[in-house]
Amino acid sequence: MNTSTSTPAKPKTFRAAINEALKQEMRRDERVIVMGEDVAGGRGGPAGTEEAWGGPFGMTKGLIKEFGPGRVLDTPITEAAFVGAATGAAMTGLRPVVEIMFVDFMAVAFDQILNQMAKIKYMFGGKATLPITVRCLYGAGFRAGAQHSQCLYPMLTHIPGLKVAIPASPYEAKGMLAAAIRDDDPVFFFEHKATLGMREAVPDEEYVIPLGQARTMREGKDVTIVAIGRMALFAAKAAETLAGEGIDCELVDPRTTSPFDREAILKSVRKTGRLVVVDEAYPRCNMATDIAALAAQEVFRDLRAAPRMVSPPHTSVPFGGPLEDAYVPSPARIAEAVYAVMNDK
Amino acid sequence: MQLSREDLLDAYRAMKTMREFDERLHIEFATGEIPGFVHLYCGEEASGAGICAHLDDRDHIASNHRGHGHCIAKGCDVVGMMAEIYGKETGLCGGKGGSMHIADLEKGMMGANGIVGAGTPLVCGAALSAKTLGTGGVAVAFTGDGGSNQGAVYESMNLAAVWNLPAIFVFENNGYGEASASSWATAGGSIARRADGFGIPQVTVDGADYFAVREAAGEAVARARAGEGPSVIVCEMRRLHGPFGGDPQTYRTEEELAEVRATRDPITRFVARVREAGLLEEADFAAVDEEVGALIERAVSEAKAAKVPAVETLADHVYSSY
Repeated sequence: MNTSTSTPAKPKTFRAAINEALKQEMRRDERVIVMGEDVAGGRGGPAGTEEAWGGPFGMTKGLIKEFGPGRVLDTPITEAAFVGAATGAAMTGLRPVVEIMFVDFMAVAFDQILNQMAKIKYMFGGKATLPITVRCLYGAGFRAGAQHSQCLYPMLTHIPGLKVAIPASPYEAKGMLAAAIRDDDPVFFFEHKATLGMREAVPDEEYVIPLGQARTMREGKDVTIVAIGRMALFAAKAAETLAGEGIDCELVDPRTTSPFDREAILKSVRKTGRLVVVDEAYPRCNMATDIAALAAQEVFRDLRAAPRMVSPPHTSVPFGGPLEDAYVPSPARIAEAVYAVMNDK
Repeated sequence: MQLSREDLLDAYRAMKTMREFDERLHIEFATGEIPGFVHLYCGEEASGAGICAHLDDRDHIASNHRGHGHCIAKGCDVVGMMAEIYGKETGLCGGKGGSMHIADLEKGMMGANGIVGAGTPLVCGAALSAKTLGTGGVAVAFTGDGGSNQGAVYESMNLAAVWNLPAIFVFENNGYGEASASSWATAGGSIARRADGFGIPQVTVDGADYFAVREAAGEAVARARAGEGPSVIVCEMRRLHGPFGGDPQTYRTEEELAEVRATRDPITRFVARVREAGLLEEADFAAVDEEVGALIERAVSEAKAAKVPAVETLADHVYSSY
């Protein structure tokens, strides 16, 4: 692992960080292949373009030029076939990075995910290795409607055999994607649509952020906020505002929901005695309920207030502007939850 | 097609092993000692044996819930298979898989599968590995007539054609998807013709005729190894038992079962043909029968005697690292 940098890290977008990690990992290991819908684009079209798109959101731009069509494979729009093919390829010596354009589309490949990819190692008594990374866009805020805006990582976290990574920002994304690709298990890697253009200092060099290690984004003594993915950015904003009001928040980003760094969260809650969990996923059986239950069982006597969960309502993601704005948890709603636990005496 | 004496003995040994393995399970299952479900391959042996006769360690197969025969054809250890079906720690999967999930990747066997049609995408992946890594290998998916109606199968056939993969899709039409006739469940009246829609070469053969299956498979494997893309083979056959151990088969008539036993048993037909042609003698068959009988006997007695997995291993093998 190399986290030191010889040159000052330049600001890069989330999109560029993903692209850089893909290129570096493909250079590092020729067994790494990339597949998905229009990861190059332009196949069979009259213009004869080698790369029309480089991914629907540009994350795989330039890959086909450097690595060729043998390692950068456009697929028909058939997620069951190509997600299953990634599993079969991983079982037989390759390290596929497969793109499900929007995580919502995993539904059409779900047997291959739930009953094949996740279970093969276990069913085979350990005699299979499945180094697969599944990259997918997630999240609301883009007026994309109910079928292109879901989070769904709790559904995958639920399944033994899968790992789930949800990087919040460009620096995190590059290091966690490298870890996912080098991992010998299937890793679902979530990229939030709303953060693709976000800039942050990202070293040019390779580095790895190990899966299963939470990060403390901010230290504080009054209340622990646990927040995932884009919500970690919102929670940071809320914490900033609250600091001005004299409330000292500790902010923990679990980074991965499976494996899950229980100790980092429990340690923080033991210290602050108060817990707010923020999750953009549907509110029933999501990461917020999971983490609140964990705290209730493990550190009940350290709690000075009942934990609060900040999630959307139990509805599909709406299309219309005011409805979607009201759906997504906001920094203001996070702050309200913090006030509630501070005032719960 | 001219087969050597060794080829013929290998073919007979493979089919006889499959038959004795599953006939014995048919008996043992009734005692209640075998946990879960078993799906018997009796009557379908010519397909697995005829296809896999062309395969070697470079090649992969993915099977379905009726997978014992495919495992044997691909060279899985029969003793380890039996122990797996008994749920013992000496099983091929350490007792974590069972009948529907027997696998041995070292032998290129990517698993039986409890989900109908689900092995076909996996085979596209194995074929992609063979193509990308330049192993010269091919990959074969065994699917039933029931599985032939699953969407994932057609997605896989399309992908294999689009990517020009060394993949072979074998459909074993045994006449029934569980208790429903395949002629009812399969619109259009032909599994094979569906391949035409993808531009994939297809052939339908008498799946009780070892020689017909072997010849068709030879062409498909040669095409795949030459980089000429996927093929479809439909083997028409009838199973001798129900879809799973213990099914009374109320949807079949006595006349049909009698006709199947008399005319569509691939082993009976193989023996008759080889004997008529004077290629093998009674003593040759008898020697194989004895060898196979002893192997199955050993497999069952070792499986019964083996230890069940230690409870401490319950959570092992979920991940490589966690």
